[in-house]
Amino acid sequence: MKKYWKDYQKDIAEDNYFYVRSCIRQNFFPGAENLFIDILRNKLGKVVFEDADHTTCTGIGYHTDIVPLETTMTVVARQFALMKEKGFKNLVVSCVTSFGLYSEILDLWKHQPELKKKIAGYLVEATGRIFDEPGNMVHASDILYKYRHEIAAIAKHKLVDKETGEPLKIVDHIGCHYAKTFPERGVGGSEFPQVLTGLINAWGGSTVDYPERRHCCGFGFRNYLVQANRGYSISQSKIKLESMQPYEPDLIVANCPGCAMFLDRWQYTLEETEGSVYGPNDRKIPVVTHEELAGLVLGYDPWEIGLQTHQVPVEEMLDKIGIEYDPDLKYADRQGNLIGNPEMINQQVC
Amino acid sequence: MNKQDLSGLIMADPRYSEACRSCMNCGVCTAICPASGYYDYDPRVIVNLVRESDEETLTDMLSSDLIWYCGQCMSCKPRCPRGNIPGVLIQILRAVSINTGLFVHSALGRQQLAIKRSIGHNILETGYCVHPTRVDPETHPEQGPVWAWMSNNADQVYGRFDKGYDKAGPGLLRKISPEALGDLDRIFEVTGCKKLWNTIETESEKHI
Repeated sequence: MKKYWKDYQKDIAEDNYFYVRSCIRQNFFPGAENLFIDILRNKLGKVVFEDADHTTCTGIGYHTDIVPLETTMTVVARQFALMKEKGFKNLVVSCVTSFGLYSEILDLWKHQPELKKKIAGYLVEATGRIFDEPGNMVHASDILYKYRHEIAAIAKHKLVDKETGEPLKIVDHIGCHYAKTFPERGVGGSEFPQVLTGLINAWGGSTVDYPERRHCCGFGFRNYLVQANRGYSISQSKIKLESMQPYEPDLIVANCPGCAMFLDRWQYTLEETEGSVYGPNDRKIPVVTHEELAGLVLGYDPWEIGLQTHQVPVEEMLDKIGIEYDPDLKYADRQGNLIGNPEMINQQVC
Repeated sequence: MNKQDLSGLIMADPRYSEACRSCMNCGVCTAICPASGYYDYDPRVIVNLVRESDEETLTDMLSSDLIWYCGQCMSCKPRCPRGNIPGVLIQILRAVSINTGLFVHSALGRQQLAIKRSIGHNILETGYCVHPTRVDPETHPEQGPVWAWMSNNADQVYGRFDKGYDKAGPGLLRKISPEALGDLDRIFEVTGCKKLWNTIETESEKHI
């Protein structure tokens, strides 16, 4: 068994990270990436570099078939070139779509070196840059997994009910392009996903296994981006939510920004359109990202890490753990001035 | 279009050797596929049709909605006992459908014009696939009131988390420099993306 499990481990660099951001995570979870960088630099003492000139990897365009393979490869090669220019070798990717895409590209270049040579030519022609492949390439959740026990050692909170002492029941959702495109590049692969359960267990929570644990969140790229196709997307999230409902989860955690967004937003839509909610006591289930989960146990202010940008309110979950927050600052700006409240319709207001 | 063209174009894609190996028709890909549960869609059949290499059949398939249902989750990949990736095969079929202009014969294929004009233009104009200024709450009611609040107060909301929002330098939703956008633009030209976009525009226009 031990020998078998070794096949599901991966090499995660210890330090000196070149960080590339996610389009979706920046848009919908705007506190998460700066939180991740802060944890690495100021809690774990790591070096993290972010290049202002990195761009989208084009992943959403690639998977909606409006950006060809060789274009995407050359854009990714440019990211690698920026890393080389700054003297870094360890790439940390925020987005799961990007992570899957980088994995696919490196695999294709491994099997077809002439393709890599062609892309190198395109990059020089277009930008004058040259690149090296990363020495180590991981998803941001891999770093938190690697240092989960170090984070537990300095944590301010545990993922337990402060009243009963019982572990919170937490659903993990692993992004498909983290675990399914190249299972050997994800901790535990797609069959034995460990990257988030490792965090949950190390920080005091309990994980919920349920029949549709591995089902896609439903992004479906063109199946969401085109308004007429969105029935596909919400239907897939509904399959997951119905499947997890009997286990009465306190919380969902996802390492893919798209998955976190859809599992959050579609709960709102399902309540509005069908009156359906899937959490215990006729409530919706809060959804957080891996960075936000780490931030909560480490004692960061929930509003400073962006939990007010989630559609499903998080206050009941915070109260259950015993995390303090100032309700008056939830919808405030940087100076503490109230921006104005979102127009809540039929919401569980906390 | 001569008899061999479509099959040849499909097999010439660098991804083909990874995507389509030796299917044994077990149907696991269809069983695990989220799109199969929602649409009248069967990835096992698509693999069969490609392997038959019949040009008339391929023409019909590449002109139909059939190739546009897949959600690209790649759930098929880890479960296929022969190492095929029907989701990647779909990407190849879509690329050939667009390049040959067949996509305009399908209602779902014609959606490529809207995707090119939204996601595609986002990339070259902002450096991001998605940007807060381009996810309109009016056309995204499913995003809910919190997104509307974020979108309508973007400077204050995003500015709370990073003073560098929409400004030069590293950080949250930084303004991508003209030099970096220039790199992207030249990459899109050199690698054929602009040619593809021109095909999408001109073939869509002809169809209208």
